[in-house]
Amino acid sequence: MTNEHSLHGPLEDPAADAGHVGHPPRVGFFTDTSVCIGCKACEVACKTWNDVPEDGLDLLGMSYDNTGMLGASSWRHVAFVEQERPLGRQDPGLAALPTGPSVTGVQQDVVAEGMRHAERGGAQLGTGPVDVGFPSFELPGASTGAEGRTDFRWLMSSDVCKHCTHAGCLDVCPTGALFRTEFSTVVVQQDICNGCGYCVSGCPYGVIDRRPDDGRAWKCTLCYDRLRGGLEPACAKACPTDSIQFGPLDELRERADRRLEQLHGAGVAEARLYGRDPEDGVGGDGAFFLLLDEPEVYGLPPDPVVPTRDLPRMWKYAGVAASALLAAAAAVFVGGGKR
Amino acid sequence: MGVKRWLDAWPVYRQLTGTDPLGRGKAAQSARSAALTPRTDTADRVADSVCPFCAVGCAQRVYVKDEKVVQIEGNPDSPISRGRLCPKGSASKQLVTGPQREHKVRYRPPYATEWQDLDLDTAVDMVVDRVLDARRKGWQDTDESGRKLRRTMGIASLGGATLDNEENYLIKKLFTALGALQVENQARI
Amino acid sequence: MGSNMAEAHPVGFQWVMEAKARGARVIHIDPRFTRTSALADQHVTLRAGTDIAFLGGVIHHILSHDLDFREYVRAYTNASFLLSEDFRDTEDLDGLFSGYDPHTASYDSSSWAYESVQQEEGRPGDREKEHSAPFKHGASGPAVAGGAGEIACDPDLEHPRCVFQVLKRHFSRYTPEMVERICGVPQEAFLEVCRAWTANSGRERTTALVYSVGWTQHSVGAQYIRAGAIVQLLLGNIGRPGGGIYALRGHASIQGSTDIPTLYNLLPGYLPMPDVTHDGLAAYLESVAPRHEKGFWGHADAYTVSLLKEYWGEAATAENDYCFDHMPRINGDHGTYRTVMDMVEGDKVFGYFVLGQNPAVGSAHGRLQRLGMANLDWVVVRDLTMIESATFWKDAPEIETGEIVTERCRTEVFFFPAASHVEKSGTFTQTQRMLQWRDQAVEPPGDARSELWFFYHLGRKLKERLAGSTDERDRPLLDLAWDYRVEGDEPDAADVLRRINGVDLTTGRAVDGYTELKADGSTACGCWIYSGVYADEVNQARRRKPRFEQGPYDAEWGWTWPLNRRVLYNRASADPEGRPWSERKALVWWDEDKGEWTGHDIPDFEKDKPPSYRPPEGASGPEGLRGDDAFIMMSDGKAWLFAPSGLLDGPLPTHYEPHESPARNLLYGQQGSPVRKVYGRADNPSNPSPPEAHGEVFPYVFTASRLTEHHTAGGMSRQLPYLSELQPELTVEVSPELAAERGLVHLDWAHVITSRSAVDARVLVTDRMAPLRVDGRTVHQVWMPYHWGHTGLVSGDVVNDLIGVVADPNVLIQESKVLTCDVRPGRRPRGPALLEYVREYRERAGITPRTGTRIATAGDDPGPPHMEPGPPEESP
Repeated sequence: MTNEHSLHGPLEDPAADAGHVGHPPRVGFFTDTSVCIGCKACEVACKTWNDVPEDGLDLLGMSYDNTGMLGASSWRHVAFVEQERPLGRQDPGLAALPTGPSVTGVQQDVVAEGMRHAERGGAQLGTGPVDVGFPSFELPGASTGAEGRTDFRWLMSSDVCKHCTHAGCLDVCPTGALFRTEFSTVVVQQDICNGCGYCVSGCPYGVIDRRPDDGRAWKCTLCYDRLRGGLEPACAKACPTDSIQFGPLDELRERADRRLEQLHGAGVAEARLYGRDPEDGVGGDGAFFLLLDEPEVYGLPPDPVVPTRDLPRMWKYAGVAASALLAAAAAVFVGGGKR
Repeated sequence: MGVKRWLDAWPVYRQLTGTDPLGRGKAAQSARSAALTPRTDTADRVADSVCPFCAVGCAQRVYVKDEKVVQIEGNPDSPISRGRLCPKGSASKQLVTGPQREHKVRYRPPYATEWQDLDLDTAVDMVVDRVLDARRKGWQDTDESGRKLRRTMGIASLGGATLDNEENYLIKKLFTALGALQVENQARI
Repeated sequence: MGSNMAEAHPVGFQWVMEAKARGARVIHIDPRFTRTSALADQHVTLRAGTDIAFLGGVIHHILSHDLDFREYVRAYTNASFLLSEDFRDTEDLDGLFSGYDPHTASYDSSSWAYESVQQEEGRPGDREKEHSAPFKHGASGPAVAGGAGEIACDPDLEHPRCVFQVLKRHFSRYTPEMVERICGVPQEAFLEVCRAWTANSGRERTTALVYSVGWTQHSVGAQYIRAGAIVQLLLGNIGRPGGGIYALRGHASIQGSTDIPTLYNLLPGYLPMPDVTHDGLAAYLESVAPRHEKGFWGHADAYTVSLLKEYWGEAATAENDYCFDHMPRINGDHGTYRTVMDMVEGDKVFGYFVLGQNPAVGSAHGRLQRLGMANLDWVVVRDLTMIESATFWKDAPEIETGEIVTERCRTEVFFFPAASHVEKSGTFTQTQRMLQWRDQAVEPPGDARSELWFFYHLGRKLKERLAGSTDERDRPLLDLAWDYRVEGDEPDAADVLRRINGVDLTTGRAVDGYTELKADGSTACGCWIYSGVYADEVNQARRRKPRFEQGPYDAEWGWTWPLNRRVLYNRASADPEGRPWSERKALVWWDEDKGEWTGHDIPDFEKDKPPSYRPPEGASGPEGLRGDDAFIMMSDGKAWLFAPSGLLDGPLPTHYEPHESPARNLLYGQQGSPVRKVYGRADNPSNPSPPEAHGEVFPYVFTASRLTEHHTAGGMSRQLPYLSELQPELTVEVSPELAAERGLVHLDWAHVITSRSAVDARVLVTDRMAPLRVDGRTVHQVWMPYHWGHTGLVSGDVVNDLIGVVADPNVLIQESKVLTCDVRPGRRPRGPALLEYVREYRERAGITPRTGTRIATAGDDPGPPHMEPGPPEESP
């Protein structure tokens, strides 16, 4: 009764697989980080539309990134990466200046210390943040040493929930709070979530998180309400340079392939797509990226794998979850009846 | 609620009988989710506006429901901004609806250590008195060689650049008629 | 250059990214590597305050390699005009032009004139300097008496006194080597910019130049822009598609607030404020629009009389000079900084309106601002939130130092909550001169009201209070036309806009444009350049025709002054015969069959004047413009490479070091601008610059600017959680080299010191800041954002406290983009110890109020120090 690829591998139509009949095409984000100006309009537009609360007034010192990571109250996160590397044929203007060694390594040490203290809602229940690292300032070994900086580039990238083809959070959710929508996106239903936190550890990207105050899990909904009204998500609409592009996933993939080709032609050999491949560990992402470096540099896991890839073991897990769902649902209805 | 509808609303029932055997999609969709629409759809009206931050002049649409602003976002029709907004523009709703807004006139008498309340009309009347007094104290009819000045140096003004053209027009016109000329704005800063 | 467009104008930057995607090369020249640089093809780090040296180098490169667009230059600029024999260049006078008077620190500009133009008398500049007179030319070229007559010229551009040759000589020493030594820009990087700029200009290609306040906030700011304009004119990039100079303004309607000014020296439409020498309308008009000049400024009489009719309505008649004498007269510098100093001195200014502005944080020398406000009878603050300028009496930094004591501060403060942009209707004028109307969405909450409401009712009540007064002083107020339509108790902004547009008083209809205005009192118009915004009795600024439904110039979205023209001087996009310079770059052209100008934009030229038109003998005003005089607002119809009048600090841009600089001027004996406006007084000290001693006490170059995530003085951003969390703290950015030199650690505290104050900030050590090699010396630059103050969700020291007041004489804008400083690890002293700490620094640097005021450093007579009158020197 289930498709061979319902839980891993390529899946042509996740919405149909999830029971949506006559559904709209799968939609998603293509984030082209090569045109991101790091303005953070996406973060603010998202919060404005979704009423996401402020997430701490802390100076992180991670270049201009004071958001740190995705979390229950940060559904978009713009990473800033300062690197001693060239960007395609860009001339950063350092040649012949009296510069010494790069500071990016030193920065990294200071920032790493601060980031260890950053709070995440899941940790209270033993479902601590997935250690995917944090945006690094430099690839190991990339430093040119003490003779002086010759290259520099400043990368910016807006991260978001990947709306995976096989979503770990959804697969482990015992209450049915997480569900796959008719747009093939993955959404937490706040009227159902009971804050168990399983999803937090189920996400291979460390995206979903619980709010310390209400305990429930929150993440990007790809503006589910806006999609239902035929509107594009708030972040994509606001994005000044169209770094965040919204649309049917098929079209986005074609557009991304063209853009990649264009950049390679322009000498940006390091450009690559991330989350584009339906053969990857999550069956491809609904929100994928054009990156200018290894994913780790942006705080993204190099090879994310959905925890449900090992089907038999997980099926047992799902059985447990289903019992929990029955109990929880019964409790809800009983409670509702009393009022 | 009849038994059939009660059962329909129960995710596990839908999962077992519907098209979503794993219970991760259609079957798990809550009634709230199924009824979800964007709040802009239910706005009573939409006003065309312009972002008040920088000078690019991005077009905004202001959605109003029950006389409250429920959303401000870009207007895609604009040839200037094409519907896009920066983080400041995207925070416009917080700017106009946030708790940081002062709603009441505040008054600090000379030497006082705290603010006091003051009625709006009374406050404007008090400003009228003070304008006339400062105007008189700083009045100059002529300069040292007898040339006409007909002005007051007793009143100054400094405006920001989020004032409308129409407002600036009245400000300059009124101050000029009062003889006050130290009227300046952010354009000089 | 001088712009961080991606950060300060992110949504505008989409067009740069779009151009880049289509193959445009983007070059960012700026003291630091910003988010704009990150997206550029090339970033050039240059020392803050040396842009003219860089641009002068570009001009030198163009002229020495014959790379100018010669046909354009010959036809549309004053390159061929011959200058007076009396003119002496900075090359002759060690950095000064002819006519300098070290005693007044000003120029008599009479020797800068064209050879064939008779100057009747000397034109001493000391008076203009006080009036910021050149600011009045915002909508027109300044006067050249006789500009409409035949001007002696050499079309071959070879005469040694023709502008072209003078320009060549003036910039002859701005070589790549000199650029490298002054700006710290390696020659190869500089030449790369020259090659890209010139290769992408000409018939088939154009280059656009963008600047912002990184250019204006300098003691030579107006000349920065002149230098950029010269490059763009030489390369034929003005009035053409894809070309131009973009002044990116920083606030929603800062363009509007100069067009319809709340500025002391201007009336609406850049008409000058009358001064003491104008003893009547005739004298005023004589000085505004002298006879026998070309261009539309020739109708200034119609613009002025129409304004007076709008101000004083029925009371304004031909017999009483249209109430011209109702206007107050200026006779000196009444700019905002002068006024604040008067406040500090006391007994001059008694009341202060602060309207949507936060000078306690946002104006240079914040301490002076706060001390001034604490010394008034009353202050009225109108804002959305409780800002520092409203609460100085209880929480200014001077409370901590003991300089302001709440119980002894007499200032009465009125705080009026203001209506937000969605709670009132009206127009903003954005950075491309486009007026866009906003519809009111909701009523303002509580006591919040628009400025329109406040000033309308203030005026109404003042008139009521004075009704029946026979005092001649009250006449202007009693006569004032204040009969705007009111809905409920809110004045109708559309009615105000209609009166700004202008009305034909004989028919009662809105006029369709400024060409319909009359000097006989039959029209009333509040701002002639906005005339047309209510053409056909329609609020043209409210037009919202979707971009999908109209052409590339989007003529039906909003309304752009003048007369909805989107590209100024677009006549220059066609050659003298009226044909586009190239098909690729066609914008407007002469249609011979129809006998009119046509094209994609609305032609900025008389529609039916053929390219071959030659004015009859003695013609002036618009009639005096030839069919190929593309620069229709200029009094000789030409774009000025050389400015024979209108600027107080020289007819050509010249590299002068900033008022506070770590370096000696390598080009001339004259160190800084010889006519910069200094305010030598104990409470406005300067850090020493060469040739003064002890510059080493403040060894670093300091510059300040904005972050994307905040807005100016923070009143609209530091109060908002969504913006505050993105940039929660005041930081200071330093290079790793400077961090090592001063022991600064990433994220630790440091403080920055000048002779004015010291401020705390968290350190960001970053490779985006790089040291420069300036004439063999390593120079470090330090950067801070300036959005913080002591209220709001996130607070910090006021960066503007570091900055003193020194100004460009042309416009009286302060030099806040470059100064010198020291940086030290750890926090600054608190309370009175701060004053002592800064005093010690001053003492170590030998600073007195005279420091920096002896501004003439070339020639035999250095002249006196330029001190403020008042109490003798003592350290504050």
